[in-house]
Amino acid sequence: MKVTVIGGGVAGIQTALALKGLGLKPVIIEKEDTLGGKLRGWHKLFPTMTPVGEVLEPLLRELREQNIPIMASTEVLGIETDGVITSHGKVESRATVVCSGFDLFDATLKEEYGYGIYDNVITSADLERMMNNGKVALVDGTQPRRIAFLHCVGSRDEKVQQRHCSKVCCVTGVKQAIEMRRWFPQSEIYNFYMDIRMFGSGYEEMYRSAQQEHGIQFIRGRISEAAPVPGGKVQIKAEDTLIGRPLKMTVDMLILLIGMTAGCSNSHWAECAGLEQSDSHFMRPLNVFEGNVRSALPNVFYAGTVTAPKTIGESLNEANAVAFRVAEYLKGL
Amino acid sequence: MIDFGFGVNTARAINMDTNDLDTAREIFDRLPDLQTCIACGSCTATCTAGAITSFNFRKVHTLVRRGEYGEAYAEMSKCMLCGKCRLVCPRGINTRGVVMLIKKKLGDY
Ligand SMILES: Cc1cc2nc3c(=O)[nH]c(=O)nc-3n(C[C@H](O)[C@H](O)[C@H](O)COP(=O)(O)OP(=O)(O)OC[C@H]3O[C@@H](n4cnc5c(N)ncnc54)[C@H](O)[C@@H]3O)c2cc1C
Ligand code: SF4
Ligand code: SF4
Ligand code: SF4
Repeated sequence: MKVTVIGGGVAGIQTALALKGLGLKPVIIEKEDTLGGKLRGWHKLFPTMTPVGEVLEPLLRELREQNIPIMASTEVLGIETDGVITSHGKVESRATVVCSGFDLFDATLKEEYGYGIYDNVITSADLERMMNNGKVALVDGTQPRRIAFLHCVGSRDEKVQQRHCSKVCCVTGVKQAIEMRRWFPQSEIYNFYMDIRMFGSGYEEMYRSAQQEHGIQFIRGRISEAAPVPGGKVQIKAEDTLIGRPLKMTVDMLILLIGMTAGCSNSHWAECAGLEQSDSHFMRPLNVFEGNVRSALPNVFYAGTVTAPKTIGESLNEANAVAFRVAEYLKGL
Repeated sequence: MIDFGFGVNTARAINMDTNDLDTAREIFDRLPDLQTCIACGSCTATCTAGAITSFNFRKVHTLVRRGEYGEAYAEMSKCMLCGKCRLVCPRGINTRGVVMLIKKKLGDY
């Protein structure tokens, strides 16, 4: 029986593989011309520093070996009871799994940090891209001597209507700080955090090693503003809340750890189809327990970051879980 | 002259551009464990000296880490080296060693 999978990120790929394994006929519909989703933009993965290809390539190879049909460069524009509407017409199916993922927070919305305005203010996604290109440097090509990371950019922030914690940015900040230490052994590196959330296995250990072995300094306080200073540097202001005094410093590079936001291009048709959204506009699963991969509609299911910020491992787990739920639903028809 | 009670206050901000961070770095080099502090405050909570004076061990060593040595030496003199803080530190930091090192390094400040 045919099942449409919306989105070909890790969640969509694994969902298709798991559905196929259960004897069903998945088809992946992906709006970009290649599969892989956000992972195509990452360099090494936390918490093990695994090169991204080691995760993505085997999944893509398996897809080819299993001959799973892929409709690339095709955007889903709506869901109906008997299939999905795409930019290339209707695709019929008995069930649909929405794996449309998340969007990266647009850092220009936090104007006070000067992203896109001042030189040498970049995002965590930009840094991944620089590392993939093999060159991390300031705008003038020189090496940074003082680097600051800011946690929670576009998360936990009423000002940009993002109440949730994006979950992966704390550990990404620790991972990238360690990577920057390797690129620039002589630099000073500071992470400005509000809370350090090291929820996963091996994360706390990574945090500790960032402190102890890599000399990363963690300062508790949110940078309130950044201002350009001559020479392409940036002056930042924060409170060192553990001391209770304001703090200022000039840095060569400011890296904003941007959060995960709901995939906004999909919210309109999802709403029209009768799918519910949570506070921060991620899709709301039926419930967060045994219904975590089900939606309010019996033939529509979810896997991955479409419902909330998640790691790759968690997205893959949901993909396997959703295949089981879809099979269960189709058997009952 | 009439004293109206006005004065010029010195800036309170911790200025990481002008503070001397080299001494802090030397302290870290000798006791890298200090960098793993998670500011839990267990040391301060259990501190014998902190129970009867304004001494806050966590805050003093955090100030030192930011290059704010001004009162650190004098503050550290309140410590009686009982070592209770070391018993409770979840990161296993040699806190008494921190006291000794700060006193040794900051005698001049
Ligand atoms: C800076 C950063 C670093 C990260 N690093 C790590 C890490 O090191 N380790 C880790 O475990 N996790 C990491 N993550 C999290 C990881 O990126 C996610 O867990 C993962 O990308 C989720 O996969 P997904 O398939 O749910 O979503 P996505 O990767 O967003 O894929 C969704 C796919 O759906 C497609 N799509 C969307 N809408 C439509 C539509 N209407 N029609 C057709 N196709 C559509 C998109 O084009 C995309 O290809 C990081 C996240 C960030 C922000
Ligand atoms: S994971 Fe950390 S940086 Fe990201 S939103 Fe949550 S607390 Fe902030
Ligand atoms: S050794 Fe000093 S700082 Fe530690 S508990 Fe005793 S008095 Fe307090
Ligand atoms: S007990 Fe240890 S970790 Fe906690 S504040 Fe004191 S030195 Fe830091």
